[in-house]
Amino acid sequence: MMVRVVAPGPMTTVQDLGRWGHQALGIPVSGAMDTWSHRAANQLVGNPPEAATLEVTLAGPTLEFSAGTTIAVGGARFLLEVEGQAAPSGRAVSLSPGGRLAFGALTAGARAYVAVAGGFELPRVFGSRSTDLASHFGGLEGRPLRTGDSLNVGVASGAARPGRKLRPPFPLPRGGAVLRVLCQPEADASLYPRLFGQRFQLGPTSNRMGYRLSGPSLASADPAGGLSAATPVGTIQVPPSGDPILLMADRQTTGGYPAPATVISADIGVAAQLAPGDWVEFAPCSYADARAALAAREDAIRHQMNGAV
Amino acid sequence: MTPPEIDGGGSAAAAWRVWRCGDAALAVGCDAELNPDVNAKAVEIARQVRAAGLAGVRDVVPTHSAVTVYVDPLVADTAALSDRLRRWAASAEPETLPGRELTVGVRYGGPGGPDLGAVAAFAECSLDEVVQRHAAARYRVFMLGFLPGFAYMGVVDRRIAMPRRQTPRVAVPARAVGIAGRQTGIYPAVAPGGWQLIGTAELEPFRLDGEPACVFRPGDLVRFEPRSVEAP
Repeated sequence: MMVRVVAPGPMTTVQDLGRWGHQALGIPVSGAMDTWSHRAANQLVGNPPEAATLEVTLAGPTLEFSAGTTIAVGGARFLLEVEGQAAPSGRAVSLSPGGRLAFGALTAGARAYVAVAGGFELPRVFGSRSTDLASHFGGLEGRPLRTGDSLNVGVASGAARPGRKLRPPFPLPRGGAVLRVLCQPEADASLYPRLFGQRFQLGPTSNRMGYRLSGPSLASADPAGGLSAATPVGTIQVPPSGDPILLMADRQTTGGYPAPATVISADIGVAAQLAPGDWVEFAPCSYADARAALAAREDAIRHQMNGAV
Repeated sequence: MTPPEIDGGGSAAAAWRVWRCGDAALAVGCDAELNPDVNAKAVEIARQVRAAGLAGVRDVVPTHSAVTVYVDPLVADTAALSDRLRRWAASAEPETLPGRELTVGVRYGGPGGPDLGAVAAFAECSLDEVVQRHAAARYRVFMLGFLPGFAYMGVVDRRIAMPRRQTPRVAVPARAVGIAGRQTGIYPAVAPGGWQLIGTAELEPFRLDGEPACVFRPGDLVRFEPRSVEAP
């Protein structure tokens, strides 16, 4: 079974849960920006969470499936057409041999995930099928999809149930979002009044590596400050310019800039659904709140897995 | 993103502490950069964390003077991990496994070393003396980062420790050998970069089909061997 790329969309890449365990060698994690929606789409077609999906950014591809199968699109909401008929997002849909999936207008969020029963079958590089755009490996030749590409699909487990529907794991942002953060101990605390409760805007060059934010300047009297260490997803970095950068899936493994706060795991998927031009606000929270928010999201996704039809 | 700045301070006895980096990582570290003893301790702590095989640990990343441990917050017992990191930091001796010794041939200057003359001017010496000083030291791989396989090595002879360029180059060639203050390294791939480029390495630090793909590991000991010296 093959999937042919009839039209690629501006930035469609193969992603999974990321390339963990190799950051000590400078190898970035990558993976789906919104792992929640990636997992939800996989669930709908009966795939394990680590199966590869296609991450669609802002505008969608047109894909043709050589054999009958079940597909689902999770995450950002698009007007979809399956075999020429309007089809819902967030629902498992049957396709006949030669059937096409086409993306229309985006109505909420920024990134959608296309799952197919069996998952996109590509060689694992350092344990992952995710595309590393900076280093040009993983996914399909380490690059976004192009017209005429063909992708192999693995053997389906048979657990796909067409018609099955999931609610999104969180409300999709429309134009902006508040993201909760944990403060970095020993950070320059004079930054916080300028970081919290203020609106920042995602710059046009924001991408899978990071979101370049403009808003109140976070330039610091102590630009070197803090301890240098590895850079988890969600780290808010402040380069000397004072314009913060929110590090996302394709971030480098280490960074030397001050990092006053880190977006909590439960809100990374929300961040992933923001687009250039959207606003973002940061709000401090406690570790206990962060963990509880993560547990609540996990419960929701597990409950839907067991209960939803 | 830029590499960490160097303060040259700290010692192996510096105060190690544990802190959270968001809700999905803990770090243990101290204030010291380019200190081989501190870094050796970080490498050893990272080895012990990996060897312990704790539930919920997703990745372990030693840097100059810290180790970041990535966890699944719903699986890992972060309070227990935090205690263990503190204990390891208190007890770890600088690495029990000595670093591997590696030698890298370098063609100094020429088209791949456009800044060799600038470094000579900075050091007020000849091109040959820059090369001799760069090749005389045995460098420690402190950490990897920036690009897959990029090793931050030190400590560069103070005399030739020229700071980064004011304006980074848009595209540094692969295998270029650079100096940035007291650090030196080899670009594994074409990338933007601000290091002073003094030559071209004979070795590719990162090859996807290589065995292993990344030549360098934290704690390795590296010597550069001049193959030729040309005016840039």
